Amino acid sequence: MFEILEKRSLNPTVTLMKINAPRVAKKAEPGQFIILRTDSEGERIPLTIADFDRNAGTVTIIFQIVGATTEKLNHLNEGDCLQDFVGPLGRATETEGLKKVAVVGGGVGCAIAYPVAKKLHDLGVEVHSIVGFRNKDLVILEDEFRAASSKFVLMSDDGTAGEKGLVTDALKKLIESGEKYDRVITIGPLIMMKFVCRLTKEYEIPTVASMNPIMIDGTGMCGGCRLTVGGETKFACVDGPEFDGHLIDFDEAMARGAMYKPFERHAYEEACNLFKEVK
Amino acid sequence: MANMSLKKNEMPVQEPDVRNKNFKEVALGYTEEQAIDEAKRCLNCKNKPCTTGCPVQIDIPAFIAKVAEGDFAGAYEVIARSSSLPAVCGRVCPQENQCEGKCVRGIKGEPVAIGRLERFVADWHNAQPETAVNKPASNGHKAAVIGSGPSGLACASDLAKKGYDVTVFEALHVAGGVLSYGIPEFRLPKSIVQKEIEGLKALGVKVETNTVVGKTISVDELMKEEGFESVFIGSGAGLPRFMNIPGENLNGVYSANEFLTRINLMKAYKPDSSTPIKAGTKAVIVGGGNVAMDAARCAKRLGAEVYIVYRRTETELPARAEEVEHAKEEGIIFKFLTNPVEIKSTEDGWVKSVVCQQMELSEPDASGRAKPVPIEGAFIEIDADCVIMSIGTSPNPLIKSTTSGLDTQKWGGIVADEAGKTSKDGVYAGGDAVTGAATVILAMGAGKKAAAAMDEYMQNK
Repeated sequence: MFEILEKRSLNPTVTLMKINAPRVAKKAEPGQFIILRTDSEGERIPLTIADFDRNAGTVTIIFQIVGATTEKLNHLNEGDCLQDFVGPLGRATETEGLKKVAVVGGGVGCAIAYPVAKKLHDLGVEVHSIVGFRNKDLVILEDEFRAASSKFVLMSDDGTAGEKGLVTDALKKLIESGEKYDRVITIGPLIMMKFVCRLTKEYEIPTVASMNPIMIDGTGMCGGCRLTVGGETKFACVDGPEFDGHLIDFDEAMARGAMYKPFERHAYEEACNLFKEVK
Repeated sequence: MANMSLKKNEMPVQEPDVRNKNFKEVALGYTEEQAIDEAKRCLNCKNKPCTTGCPVQIDIPAFIAKVAEGDFAGAYEVIARSSSLPAVCGRVCPQENQCEGKCVRGIKGEPVAIGRLERFVADWHNAQPETAVNKPASNGHKAAVIGSGPSGLACASDLAKKGYDVTVFEALHVAGGVLSYGIPEFRLPKSIVQKEIEGLKALGVKVETNTVVGKTISVDELMKEEGFESVFIGSGAGLPRFMNIPGENLNGVYSANEFLTRINLMKAYKPDSSTPIKAGTKAVIVGGGNVAMDAARCAKRLGAEVYIVYRRTETELPARAEEVEHAKEEGIIFKFLTNPVEIKSTEDGWVKSVVCQQMELSEPDASGRAKPVPIEGAFIEIDADCVIMSIGTSPNPLIKSTTSGLDTQKWGGIVADEAGKTSKDGVYAGGDAVTGAATVILAMGAGKKAAAAMDEYMQNK
């Protein structure tokens, strides 16, 4: 069983958990993910690895409460155990040969963008981080990003944190001001990544987007996570989760992501009601 | 006195119109009387051709003789000497091509119902109170088995019986491989699979789920850091193939692997499951193998009108005759000589219909089956809101790409000799990971052969 060693709320809808998983911690690299189940009847959900400590044997996950399983997960506490925790899955972020990188994160995607920024920073790469949130209450990992970046830009939809506007506005400004990036790495909502990739294509800056589609096994067995990249079908679990952002068919990915929306909404409401009754 | 009836005792089954709405087992099993009566059809002939048809060489006439005497415990002992999964094999083996295909009674009339008798004996045994298992004395050697499907379980069982300290590594959260995620409950109840696995654990076999070899740990690390002297790779053929036709990534298109995994492993057919499934109102299954039949019959049980489209004719269907028969009885509609070329979309990205090319048969191809060729200009369009691609699977490249010195075929299969020996010292392989998608029993046979070779390797090291 995989014990929850630490639980921290980063904002009202985003939670950090440190999990005891020595085998996963030993192999984990930024950009990879795990799959967990909260209980013996639970669904399998993929979550990107936010941090790991090989010596302590721990893996950190950060999740947003968006559905029934993340709701259930959020009701577990330090000392509780997860039923299943498997990984590390997928390929690690490629960092070789990079000198100057813009990391563009949105919302809870920043939890995945941060370890990438940190690894690049530790390797001596110049990192500019641009992170966006809806409002100031939802900002996460600000101090951590600042420590890992030589330039940090905070954006919010309503202007209550950092500058008002979208991450693409900030990225465009930096590029226009003469910053030369040899790669942009973007992690966040599909619609945000789509527009980041559209922008960087104009400037011909190689861009990598981290995809988080619906998945079951995470080892290449089901094909549920497939997406089209450069006209070819790829499996996010084994070929990704990071792909060339200029080649991803984002519209298809968005349609596929909505496949179980009504089911998910219903399950989420049921889970919420269940916890209300318990209270 | 032998029973000279030309026909097998019929297997009691759930009525088609009842069973196509539930996930409970279709075949209900023989009663003791039916089993004894059927066992008496065996002539106990000298040549025992049935045994040569069995990939794990069960002494078939011997166990049937015990059944005929009403000594079911004795019958089980005979089977258990050769097979570690009789309750599974009695249900899913293609007996018509193996033991029963060789039975002399089949020359004139139907062969002895060996599969049904095997199932009866295994079920009888499982219904008895648990008896303490004699755990073999340890021989001090450690072996690892990768994958807990049929080949891995058979290999682990044989090694454990010889006293090896065996650990089975499984990527998913439940052991059993294809027996758990692939074959549906109505053909192979999951409680039976778990019972067989519990039996292995009682022999001392450790099962570590949630361990993806190639990711969580590598074969090299197992051998160098964790002290496993020999490793068996039974990782199966789990990578689904697609047709690469337009519309294949639309919502509502599944690989059979995904569709069946949602249903079998994640229990999506239960109303309170936390994993969703959408079989739609009209489902088209592409392919003609056992997996296609399983997917079709699952979709039917979820309430869809179900079509199987297959590019050859009924004669060439690779599925077992019994599965095809069951599917037909349950109301699955077959469209032969039909090959999908495009899946059309609704405005919001869901499947709307499947456009199919009509085919005709010409000369036999490399597989020896008549090759289907398109009839120019002949297309049909089938309305559908769910499409399930069941056109085969290939071995997962994960282990190959993370194991030093392990040779594989171009198509991904691990290169191994008859005994399962690979190009890497101490590493053996068998089952679908070597042959490509085949049957449960062939995988078990390969696992057993590899266990014998691994035993020899470790003893002579």
